[in-house]
Amino acid sequence: MDVVSQLQRQFVDFTTSLYHEGFLDDQFTQLQKLQDESNPEFVAEVVSFFFEDSENLLNNLANALQQQIVDYNQVDAHVHQFKGSSSSIGAQRVKNVCVAFRNFCEVKNRDGCIRCLQQLKHEYSLVKSKLETLFRLEQQILAAGGTIPSMA
Amino acid sequence: MEACNCIEPQWPADELLMKYQYISDFFIALAYFSIPLELIYFVKKSAVFPYRWVLVQFGAFIVLCGATHLINLWTFNTHSRTVAIVMTAAKVLTAVVSCATALMLVHIIPDLLSVKTRELFLKNKAAELDREMGLIRTQEETGRHVRMLTHEIRSTLDRHTILKTTLVELGRTLALEECALWMPTRTGLELQLSYTLRHQKPVGFTVPIQLPVINQVFSTNRAAKISPNCPVARLRPLAGKYMPGEVVAVRVPLLHLSNFQINDWPELSTKRYALMVLMLPSDSARQWHVHELELVEVVADQVAVALSHAAILEESMRARDLLMEQNVALDLARREAETAIRARNDFLAVMNHEMRTPMHAIIALSSLLQETELTPEQRLMVETILKSSNLLATLINDVLDLSRLEDGSLQLDVRTFNLHATFREVLNLVKPIASVKQLFISINLAPDLPEYAVGDEKRLMQIMLNVVGNAVKFSKEGSISITAFVAKPESLRDPRAPEFFPVPCDNHFYMRVQVKDFGSGINPQDIPKVFTKFAQSQSLVSRNSGGSGLGLAICKRFVNLMEGNIWIESEGLGKGCTAIFIVKLGITERLNESKLPFVPKVTRNHGQTSFPGLKVLIMDDNGVSRMVNKGLLVHLGCDVTAVSSADECLRVVSQEHKVVFVDVSLPGNGAEDSYRVAVRIHERFTKRHGRPLVVAITGNTDRVSTENCMRVGMDGVVLKPVSVDKMRRVLLELSEHGVYCEAH
Repeated sequence: MDVVSQLQRQFVDFTTSLYHEGFLDDQFTQLQKLQDESNPEFVAEVVSFFFEDSENLLNNLANALQQQIVDYNQVDAHVHQFKGSSSSIGAQRVKNVCVAFRNFCEVKNRDGCIRCLQQLKHEYSLVKSKLETLFRLEQQILAAGGTIPSMA
Repeated sequence: MEACNCIEPQWPADELLMKYQYISDFFIALAYFSIPLELIYFVKKSAVFPYRWVLVQFGAFIVLCGATHLINLWTFNTHSRTVAIVMTAAKVLTAVVSCATALMLVHIIPDLLSVKTRELFLKNKAAELDREMGLIRTQEETGRHVRMLTHEIRSTLDRHTILKTTLVELGRTLALEECALWMPTRTGLELQLSYTLRHQKPVGFTVPIQLPVINQVFSTNRAAKISPNCPVARLRPLAGKYMPGEVVAVRVPLLHLSNFQINDWPELSTKRYALMVLMLPSDSARQWHVHELELVEVVADQVAVALSHAAILEESMRARDLLMEQNVALDLARREAETAIRARNDFLAVMNHEMRTPMHAIIALSSLLQETELTPEQRLMVETILKSSNLLATLINDVLDLSRLEDGSLQLDVRTFNLHATFREVLNLVKPIASVKQLFISINLAPDLPEYAVGDEKRLMQIMLNVVGNAVKFSKEGSISITAFVAKPESLRDPRAPEFFPVPCDNHFYMRVQVKDFGSGINPQDIPKVFTKFAQSQSLVSRNSGGSGLGLAICKRFVNLMEGNIWIESEGLGKGCTAIFIVKLGITERLNESKLPFVPKVTRNHGQTSFPGLKVLIMDDNGVSRMVNKGLLVHLGCDVTAVSSADECLRVVSQEHKVVFVDVSLPGNGAEDSYRVAVRIHERFTKRHGRPLVVAITGNTDRVSTENCMRVGMDGVVLKPVSVDKMRRVLLELSEHGVYCEAH
């Protein structure tokens, strides 16, 4: 039992820090609410889908920005998609970068876009590793026989 | 001397004497015998003769005297002894009887004499009685005259007839030469000759009222004899030397309406009198008899009564005529007013349509113009046009509303609506202006305020917008707080509006809304004016205030229609003001009424709401978002189909789907697809009951996209991020009302 409560405390602290640091926002909480007996793997499913989708988008963005003549509409569309998915997940910092990215697209600032892309990649990898850590913790708790504390 | 030889031996001289005696006795006897016969005869003739006995006695006396004389005839010659005896007897008897008679006559003759005096006396008496009879007859006739006069006088209610009749009848009854009536003039200082019997009255013939003779007559209610030479009696110029007949004058009281108090009989001293003057024929040596004077007095009284009746009648006839005139006039006025109202209503009905059509055209086209490419100046001009025409449209609506409200022909459009959402809507509409002015608006809805209520949502919103709008309009800085709660019955009574008696009943509640601002406030004296039409306090009018001053007047009428009350409290200028209104709303009964396609399992605490089997379609091109929203809806129990494109959506959508969620966060042309979906669905499913509700999910908070959504016929707009609770609420509202309105 000690292990479980320790793990749980760890989990809670970690999650709280994620919120504090702005990696996640309320939308993630909503997501967690949707997970119930009928849908036990909901969050994991969504998150993994997000990872897939994001990687695709990042690749597309990189490609688009490497073109001689940049199709800013296309870039904007991708960024918009990324913004949508990140906000659906609750990846707040990623979403904020997307917002800035879109502004650069609007004024067709190539350098700004490229910089944003870098930032986006960075943020994305950050949030990805955090989420993966979170899931690992969850698995550990479950494996230890405990229940995942809810963050509502 | 020659002795005649043929003469018989002459009687001796004694014989002659004896012969004469003989003849006299014979005649005496004869007379004596015939007198009783005559007596008897005449007595028999007259029935009344009390002294029969005397008569018999007298008769006997006379008979015996006659007998005596008769028997004397035989005593001239020698007669026998028998004759002598008879003679003696007869003489004796006669002596007796005659003595008796003589004695009797002593008694009788005075009697007889007194009979004569009695007869005289009776005759006198009879004459007297005759006289008196004559008098009584006269009096009785007079009485009849009086009655007849009175009858004549009272049978008419016309003044002039009364007076004329009086004079005529009096003249006839009393055989007067002249009869005149003097009436007091308006000033009361003179008597004017008003009526005469025979003569044409000289116009303006007046006599001052203060003459001693007149005073004398007026001071008593009896008829008084006056001198024929006094001014009132001198009607004709004296001509010739004739003895004018006796003149009598009597006062006639003129009673006024005001004299008839119930408890207080008229005081004679303060009355006005008329003077009636009666003149006997001249040269007739007639005198006024007492009974005639009495007749005159009686008549005078009757005349007074009759006159007063006539006056009263005249008065009441006049009043009745006046009333009838007024009635006619009022009726006419009423009909005119009705005609005017009908004309105005017709006019309004026509103008309503006629005025609004061009207004709408102007507004619509100006807004469309706004969307096109314009230079900044042009844009400014178009904006001004739009603003002005919006203002005008509002004015027109206000005026039309107000006139319908005045008539009472406006009826509330009562149905169930979301109260909380209404407040949020008001807030949304006011926030832009408030934020420009840097005013902070806060809204506080009490927890016991029901979310849904039955009432006229549109008008309630109009009231709130007006009140909140005023708060915003008249505040330069600060904050505005709106609170709404359910009012307790005791707190509903407002001392300022004593006629407001809210009656709490079972399926209604009273909602009290307070809007407090810290702006320019209102002078407490101006507060009552605030609710009157077209009145705007001078201190509040500024260039930007706009409006016609009708707003609060209309609000008040709407509030009254909702059986509520509205008032304003302010401490004074610069101290802000609080507008408070209370309206009566119905409590909804949600379970039975469901005109909508689906009925969710509803529990009030929002905890375990689920929508089992609700078929929902969600269109979102973002995979993650699609997944999340699908999960959300699944969590709420729906049967979810997720599509990623508009085409797929239109392919899949069917009547079984109750709601279609369409993500419109797509930039640029992407939104068009979403709108297209809405339009197509509207086209495909025309019946309201069978059509899936189309709800947009968007991250755009600006009004343009919301309006666009509404324009293409979306049934709701949901702003991202969508939480579980929010989605639950969305579904709930869609299931209740078929629309969802977002508010922050």
